Amino acid sequence: MALELELISPIEVAKDLALAVQEYTLLSAQSVANFFRRPLYMGDMLQQADLIGVGSLPIVVLTGLSVGALLALNAASTLQRFGGITLIGQLVSIGMVTELGPLITGLMVAGRNASGMASELGSMIVTEQIDAMRALGTDPTKKLITPRIGATAFMLFFLTIIADLLGLIGGFAVAHLIFGLNSQQYWTSVWQILVFRDVFTGLIKPVLFGFIIATVGCYYGMSTRGGTQGVGRSTTQAVVAASVLILIVDFFVTKLIFAIFGYR
Amino acid sequence: MPAPTLPSENPVVSVASPSGHAIEFDNVRIAFDEKVVLDGISFHLAHGETKAVFGVAGSGKSTMLKLAMGLMRPDSGRIFVLGEEVTRMSEQELFELRRRVGIVFQESALFDSLRVYENVGFRLTEEGTPADEIERRVREVLRFVELERTYNMFPSELSGGMRRRVAIARAIITEPEVILYDSPTGGLDPVTSNTIVELIMKQRDVYKTSALMVTHRLQDAFTMATHQFDKATNQMVALPKGQYCEVAMSFLILRDGKVIFDGDAHQLATSRDDYIREYIS
Repeated sequence: MALELELISPIEVAKDLALAVQEYTLLSAQSVANFFRRPLYMGDMLQQADLIGVGSLPIVVLTGLSVGALLALNAASTLQRFGGITLIGQLVSIGMVTELGPLITGLMVAGRNASGMASELGSMIVTEQIDAMRALGTDPTKKLITPRIGATAFMLFFLTIIADLLGLIGGFAVAHLIFGLNSQQYWTSVWQILVFRDVFTGLIKPVLFGFIIATVGCYYGMSTRGGTQGVGRSTTQAVVAASVLILIVDFFVTKLIFAIFGYR
Repeated sequence: MPAPTLPSENPVVSVASPSGHAIEFDNVRIAFDEKVVLDGISFHLAHGETKAVFGVAGSGKSTMLKLAMGLMRPDSGRIFVLGEEVTRMSEQELFELRRRVGIVFQESALFDSLRVYENVGFRLTEEGTPADEIERRVREVLRFVELERTYNMFPSELSGGMRRRVAIARAIITEPEVILYDSPTGGLDPVTSNTIVELIMKQRDVYKTSALMVTHRLQDAFTMATHQFDKATNQMVALPKGQYCEVAMSFLILRDGKVIFDGDAHQLATSRDDYIREYIS
């Protein structure tokens, strides 16, 4: 039997991509506009905040601690060579607060919740539950998507703060237990190096990442086609797209903040 | 088996549409990619009438219901529901209209994360009805479909027939003026099918609700055309042969995206069209 390959026109691919971007933008804009329209589903938002925030806490605690400790461990060998082991607190502090805390938390929550949202909404699409909701006079973007966006952005902000703090504690554990740095030295350098720009960068990113995770997860869920196989496909695509988008946005946000506040 | 009663057995008062019909399709066409599913179909559903829609799988029956509900947009043509042109309405405007229309989906489409009472009372909850009022009405309507014992259960704990009846309860709880049934008896055993047919018949004869009923089961539609719900005995009774035309029941058959038959039971039984004769034989 001859192998038949179907060639897809690059124009069709570009058109599909443009359509996807358009649909994603419209869905996101509508979901954000819903924050200013009644009814606001506060109960659903709290439920999602519990699922996303409290549910993600163990993994965020674990990764925060590990990343902080690993950052300290890897930096220490270089710093020790130059006699700068006391700078370890500064390095962990800047690294965790401005970059690794938001990024690792964002990626972890994307892996856990973008997939969850895509599979939940995707299953609702293929079993006509979304159509049923519309038929019952309820706007699914209001009831399902807006609460997820609000809850993810809100909870990621606090999860990032927790991850930052645990990263600093992880760094301290390594600095103190392995390299014998005393507590005051470490925490003073952690505190003194941070300026407004660092904290601002570290706290604006999780809000943006939360928005990306929820909108991408919901977009892939709502555009699910093709039964259970389609749900699986949407789930995978949501995690990949959310993670890639987080990395891209992270780069540009960092660059923008540097442009606004200047380099250190 | 006699069907239980709903306490307020007042016929639904429909607002007359400009066209005077509950639903009207005017030259509606829709295609998916290259495949034309509905090709310029026109028909109307009178107030208080139930119209059974037939056609082979993929003939666009379910699509027709989704178009009527505004869940899909046609490529061309106009659709009126309760006097409102759904084809010109925004999604926000449609949400208001949909509160006056009930729909029972093919696979029930119950919210699987919600319990039965939350599913049935969903629309009332959204409308901000007080909790005790919701509970009272949910219990009433579940009693109507003989499923009050499932009040606290999840849809996954119910059989296919029970899910279908819960979906009917969810559709009728707000006493809509029009109900759309998508294969309400599909895949069910004859006894359960009969119970559901009786419920639909009761909606037609007691509450005078207009309905479009997509089905593959000709016998269900013929039962509805040859029986009437008797309020006194609270069950359906067979009509004498000469009175079949007295029930508000009609038939519509789709073939290759077009309406090939739209008429009553007598016209269907006496049709000379070969395809229709083969279909009903």
